[in-house]
Amino acid sequence: MSSTTSRVRRVQPWLIVVMGALLAAAMVFLSAPGAFASAPDTPGGDQEATDFYFGGVITFEEVGVADVTVSVSGGGFEAETITDADGRWRLYVPEKETYTLTVDESTLPDGVIVDGDSASQEIEFGLTGSKIVNLFLGEGERVTQSFADQLMVRLINGLNFGLLLALAAMGASLIYGTTGLSNFAHGEMVTWGALMALVLTSFWSVPFWLGIVIAVVMGGVLGLALDAGLWRPLRRRGLGIVQLMIVSIGLSLALRYVYQYFIGGRTYQLPGASPAPIQFGPVSLSYIDLISMGVSIVVILFVAYFLLGTRIGKATRAISDNPQLASASGINVDRVVRIVWVLAGVLAALSGILWAYFRPGVKWDMGTQMLLLIFAAITLGGLGTAFGALIGAIIVGLVVEVSTLWIPSDLKFAGALVVLILILLVRPQGLLGRKERLG
Amino acid sequence: MDWGSILSNTLSYLLSPVTIAYALAATGLAVHFGYAGLLNFGMAGFMALGGYGYAIAILSFGIPWWLAIIVGLLASAVFALILGIPTLRLRADYLAIVTIAAAEIVRLLFTTQVFDAFTNSADGLGGYHQGFRDANPFPPGTYGWGPWTFNETGLWIRVFGLAMLALAILLVWSLMRSPWGRVLKGIREDEDAVRSLGKNVFAYKMQALVVGGAIGAMGGIVYVLPSAVVPSSYTTSLTFFLWTILLLGGAATVFGPSLGALIFWLVLAFLGNLLPELADAGILPMSAIQAGTLRYILVGVALMVLVIFMPQGILGNKKEMTFVK
Repeated sequence: MSSTTSRVRRVQPWLIVVMGALLAAAMVFLSAPGAFASAPDTPGGDQEATDFYFGGVITFEEVGVADVTVSVSGGGFEAETITDADGRWRLYVPEKETYTLTVDESTLPDGVIVDGDSASQEIEFGLTGSKIVNLFLGEGERVTQSFADQLMVRLINGLNFGLLLALAAMGASLIYGTTGLSNFAHGEMVTWGALMALVLTSFWSVPFWLGIVIAVVMGGVLGLALDAGLWRPLRRRGLGIVQLMIVSIGLSLALRYVYQYFIGGRTYQLPGASPAPIQFGPVSLSYIDLISMGVSIVVILFVAYFLLGTRIGKATRAISDNPQLASASGINVDRVVRIVWVLAGVLAALSGILWAYFRPGVKWDMGTQMLLLIFAAITLGGLGTAFGALIGAIIVGLVVEVSTLWIPSDLKFAGALVVLILILLVRPQGLLGRKERLG
Repeated sequence: MDWGSILSNTLSYLLSPVTIAYALAATGLAVHFGYAGLLNFGMAGFMALGGYGYAIAILSFGIPWWLAIIVGLLASAVFALILGIPTLRLRADYLAIVTIAAAEIVRLLFTTQVFDAFTNSADGLGGYHQGFRDANPFPPGTYGWGPWTFNETGLWIRVFGLAMLALAILLVWSLMRSPWGRVLKGIREDEDAVRSLGKNVFAYKMQALVVGGAIGAMGGIVYVLPSAVVPSSYTTSLTFFLWTILLLGGAATVFGPSLGALIFWLVLAFLGNLLPELADAGILPMSAIQAGTLRYILVGVALMVLVIFMPQGILGNKKEMTFVK
């Protein structure tokens, strides 16, 4: 492709202004409330009918309440409807699963709330394809979370997600640094970890902790196998980085459909996936969240020690810096690259297991959803620098979670990708990258 | 096993709107990658903009169908500009990452509930066919024979699609033998050499991105002509299938993308009909659904094998692919 010697041009300031204005306009547009909704003629008549539905009546002092917004979400599905004049509503859902039913209390009459602790509740089907959930209202005032509290919750969630993303991103970044490969199959390496954990703990009933450990080790095995079986022979053949990139795309396609071949399109849960939350002030976290963050931080510190304190780590950084010089100074490049692949495999598998608890669920294409965020993280930080990837990942995690305060949650990944493009406009070499890497 | 229906189902893909749409999109990708050396992994986004631009222009703004096609093409051209400005000055792999990210942004924007009034979110849009069908010059009836039997609408869609494909191929062929095309190929081989001749490399790359993107968007429009436009069609897998097609036929060739699309769909349809039957007959030890998934695994493997052993594709010349490095 392009050579490495051409100069970096400055981006015209007006471009940034224009893009910024566009973004601001988009934000304003997005935050405009959708006030066009009205009640359907028959309950559920505003939706596409499926075999399963929830229905019920919302009453206050035994009288139906009209024009209340009721929504249901779960398993990636969301829908909402409005109660009719008698307070009746019906919501169709695609699968017989557990969903969260939420009443939008801002649409209730003043001074009235849903009886109970919260306006949301978990609902599940009995033996039939329908479930009636009657909701009763009572007088009262709901103490809504203040903006600062919400922000706090989002920040902690974002940090949690950013840390687990960092595990995968640091691996991908090390691979990029040592071999020049933008590994499009990294998402599948993430899925692999979650899948192994699922197969071991749920299908084969291996004890939980042992199963997780084996799954992480299997991640390393996959990394080793990929390097020994595919990437090293290709490097020997002298394939260019563009070719290698396309090979990794082929690998990504093949692997993701192999996963689908074995587990189908369903979402599976790992053991103990929805634990009881523990309250820390406004923030409620489960012990899994705490373990997830703890494990991520310990592993990231370990990787940092590996890169900064060990001979192999120094060799890794030397190769990222200048492969020819490193090779000429007697560093065994192939050995270091092999170690990097194993490390990246282990990190990706661990990240996959944590991601399976965070999402929650194991699905054949879960890694594909994460791949672009991994790329966003390593590009943000500067391609090829592991610590840049760490910072980039935490920024991406925070942006993804905190942005849901303003934009709808089904656009949160788009927000992170927009940030990626904007950063490239102002600082194309990334946060920790050096300018001469580009051109 | 019903060989007759397997064969007939497979052969129908020889003249299917899907094949024509993929051929168009792959031709656009050939302009990007084969001739300009741009690593565009966001072709799904261009196709989505074409399809949605066409459908939304008709449904929400009541524009005539031929004007709606132009709206779709313009949408993709604007998208190309937005993509190109931050990335065309950067190294090739940055463009790859940004284009794939941008295509995902486009897909998410069409999926979200926020613009439900225009996009109907995850359910997609339908019912925009009237104008196009009214313009049908063929009287009602049944046309063709064997696997290629269509009603007047099917025939009109195919004739229109093939006309657009022919136009695109003619455009690419004439562009690439013009001085403009030679500069473009020069940029692909050595950007600095071309720059030293005083050419504005950035402008040429941008023009190539717009031209290829518009051809891709045309593919997106032909893709949605038969039935509906649904956001879940435009995942990264679509882009990767287009890359497989392009590399199969030959990236830097005029007819390669069309040949690639033809082979891709014939093989995919053949396996899609054959494998489930084999599974049902107990010859393959798997369920029919698994047998259907198997062919996509083979697509991935095929892409890897192609890039490693035959990067120039069927019609390509290995000497012309030295830029893939």
